[in-house]
Amino acid sequence: MWPLIRGTLSGIVGYMVGALIATLTTTSTFSGEFALVLGFVFGLLGWLFGIGMWNAWGREWVGLTPKTEKAEGWRRYLRFNTDHKVIGAQYLVTMLIVFLLAGLVAMAMRAELASPGQNLFTADVYNKVMSMHGILMIAVAVAGILGAFGNYLVPLMIGADDMAFPRINALGYWMVPPVAIALLAAPLVGSFDAGWTAYPPLSVLNGDGQVLFNVAVIAFGLSSILGGLNIVATVITMRAPGMTWSKLPIFVWAAFAASILSLTVTQFFAASLIMILLDRIAGTTWFGAPGGGTALLYEHVFWFYSHPAVYIMVLPGMGVILEIISHFSRKPLFAYKAVVVSFLSIAGIGSVVWAHHMFTSGMAQNLEGPFMALTEAVSIPTGVIFLAAVGTLWRGKLWFQTPLLLAFFWIFQFLIGGITGVFLADFVTDLSLHDTYFVVAHFHYTIVGGSIFALMAGTFYWFPKVTGRMYNEKLGKIFATWFFVFFQLTFIPLFWVGLNGMNRRVATYQDNLGGVNRFASMMAMIMGLSFVLFVVNLLWSAKFGPVAPANPWNARTLEWQVSSPPPEHNFPSPPSVDGGPYDYGVVGAPTHLREVADPVG
Amino acid sequence: MTTSAEPIQHGAGPSRQRRINQLGLWLFFASETFLFGAFISSRFITSQTSTPEDLNQALALALTIVLLLSSISAYLAETANAHDDHRGFRIYTVATITLGALFLGGVALEWKEALEYFPPGTIYGTAFFSLVGLHAFHVLTGLIALAVILFLGKEGRFGSKDSWPVEGVIKYWHFVDLAWVIIYPTLYLF
Repeated sequence: MWPLIRGTLSGIVGYMVGALIATLTTTSTFSGEFALVLGFVFGLLGWLFGIGMWNAWGREWVGLTPKTEKAEGWRRYLRFNTDHKVIGAQYLVTMLIVFLLAGLVAMAMRAELASPGQNLFTADVYNKVMSMHGILMIAVAVAGILGAFGNYLVPLMIGADDMAFPRINALGYWMVPPVAIALLAAPLVGSFDAGWTAYPPLSVLNGDGQVLFNVAVIAFGLSSILGGLNIVATVITMRAPGMTWSKLPIFVWAAFAASILSLTVTQFFAASLIMILLDRIAGTTWFGAPGGGTALLYEHVFWFYSHPAVYIMVLPGMGVILEIISHFSRKPLFAYKAVVVSFLSIAGIGSVVWAHHMFTSGMAQNLEGPFMALTEAVSIPTGVIFLAAVGTLWRGKLWFQTPLLLAFFWIFQFLIGGITGVFLADFVTDLSLHDTYFVVAHFHYTIVGGSIFALMAGTFYWFPKVTGRMYNEKLGKIFATWFFVFFQLTFIPLFWVGLNGMNRRVATYQDNLGGVNRFASMMAMIMGLSFVLFVVNLLWSAKFGPVAPANPWNARTLEWQVSSPPPEHNFPSPPSVDGGPYDYGVVGAPTHLREVADPVG
Repeated sequence: MTTSAEPIQHGAGPSRQRRINQLGLWLFFASETFLFGAFISSRFITSQTSTPEDLNQALALALTIVLLLSSISAYLAETANAHDDHRGFRIYTVATITLGALFLGGVALEWKEALEYFPPGTIYGTAFFSLVGLHAFHVLTGLIALAVILFLGKEGRFGSKDSWPVEGVIKYWHFVDLAWVIIYPTLYLF
């Protein structure tokens, strides 16, 4: 516990110092906006150095030898630890906690929306609740799979002993807790009510909580950039002998494509939020119409990140699902190379479609056609991935365990999300669908369907590897089905209310939509309850579940060829790679991990 | 010339860790390019190519020259270090830091004037202070990094045997200079 206490203390001291400097050098008060910014920056640095970055790293910068602090058992997870498996587990647990919190916030929203007027909250409070749900869930979707499985599995799957930059990896993770705390503490200074999108002019004019939102999300973006950088560098430089690009497990390719995106475009989110801070604090006029600025600029800069961000969330999900489908249908992955090309072209085309979020924003009309065409072009590589999933399942020897069940659900939901997306990409239909619950339902089908279901599937699939114990199969299947069924019952009605003109982002709606909304709210509550089962299953199994063998799924990829959980540096001896990762049932195919004459361990 | 004219031995090629570090640094530059790109493109969206009459063109040109000169001295420092010329390394690093500090001083002077003619509340002022501020912050971090390698290298710690820290910092310095080479025309030369 000592590193945590040390980090907290030096974080508080850092905050005080930063806020004090701001108070002394400018006209800002100690709780003013500039003091919040400088306080957060210094507090973040204080926290990072306190938690262990100083000992493990900072000492080098002043000519001292770095100290590594060793710890055993659960204490490993509560310190600046550079082991990628520890960091992956830290991300997984953190993100699941944030997910459950944000889910509770969603339940509060559905409670408010159960009937038309202002019931549980005032309209103003509802906006704050909605913004909190939005940004927390976005964080989970961005860093859930990529942070947890990306860190845990990429080095294992390519036969490396760790990431390319282990200390940057630990730094990236430990930036996340202050971000979460700043977001959750924002209500103390007036909260933020501009949605997770933080559109100006509101985000320039609203309470001080928006400032905390901005600095926290910028820090989260930096963590995401560093994580992306690490995965790209790891995949390029750390592959084991024989692990050619065409033998990479498909999840590694997906994480690689998503990491290229998060390395580059995330800077645009940071830029847009910095511009808001400058407008609020330094008196610039990027988005202020009186000085000649334009709020439309924000939407361009913001969506240049936030549309590709959808692929940062979904690409790793696709990787997890294809991985699971191949291993559980005991067949080679169908059209492996086409899938790889699709991942890369989704990342590429996905970066130039951002303005389809702006069809109703007053953007130049001659841009609508090109952005519509480009957006719909993304459905071609996406279709290839569906084809690969179905082609792999076709005549496979299906082994219906919880991960495969969730993968089936994923295919269904992402399909609904994709098809409903066409109507939003068409600017003609988007004009009437924009800002309605149709968008909300579509978005939840793609992101919950594409990212969260994959996060759940991956959690079950790699649970034995991470914890060394098996989860309860029956409880897992009940949870998966429960979650899936009530997800449909919640969100299909929302398509309907959206088509009937119910606006998103506000607390009230037309009286005649009350019945359907009450139904959706009840279904949402039952869906939320399914997570009790999920949490109980994982917690109980991690402690008391039957001990897992090294390879319970009989899978070929490298992470299953080492013990569960893997030893500290992953492989007892440096591995080399022979056959492909998915050559199930291929006659005469050599194993993926090259057999050595005298195996160690 | 204090440095040897003979090329250093590249026989074994860069080590694995060094290749990884180099790749990481270039990926970082790619990422930073997007940050600068966001602000540069925003400048053209909000104020097109307009520039105010009151820009101090002479000062900006002088700043550009100072920064370009600092890139040359940084290169000489890197080369001197790779040839184990510790004295040269110190001299050229100090020169680079001096030129960089001179640049920051010039920026402060420029800001003082700019606050009068086109304050942040105007649309050109918005782009001007944001972009120059963003760049000056990068120069400041570069100066800190240069000071760190100067301090750590005072007893000849780096040299050809451990040249990466020096090389990394100098590459970063070149990157910051290159950013200015693009920001300068963006703000002044239309």
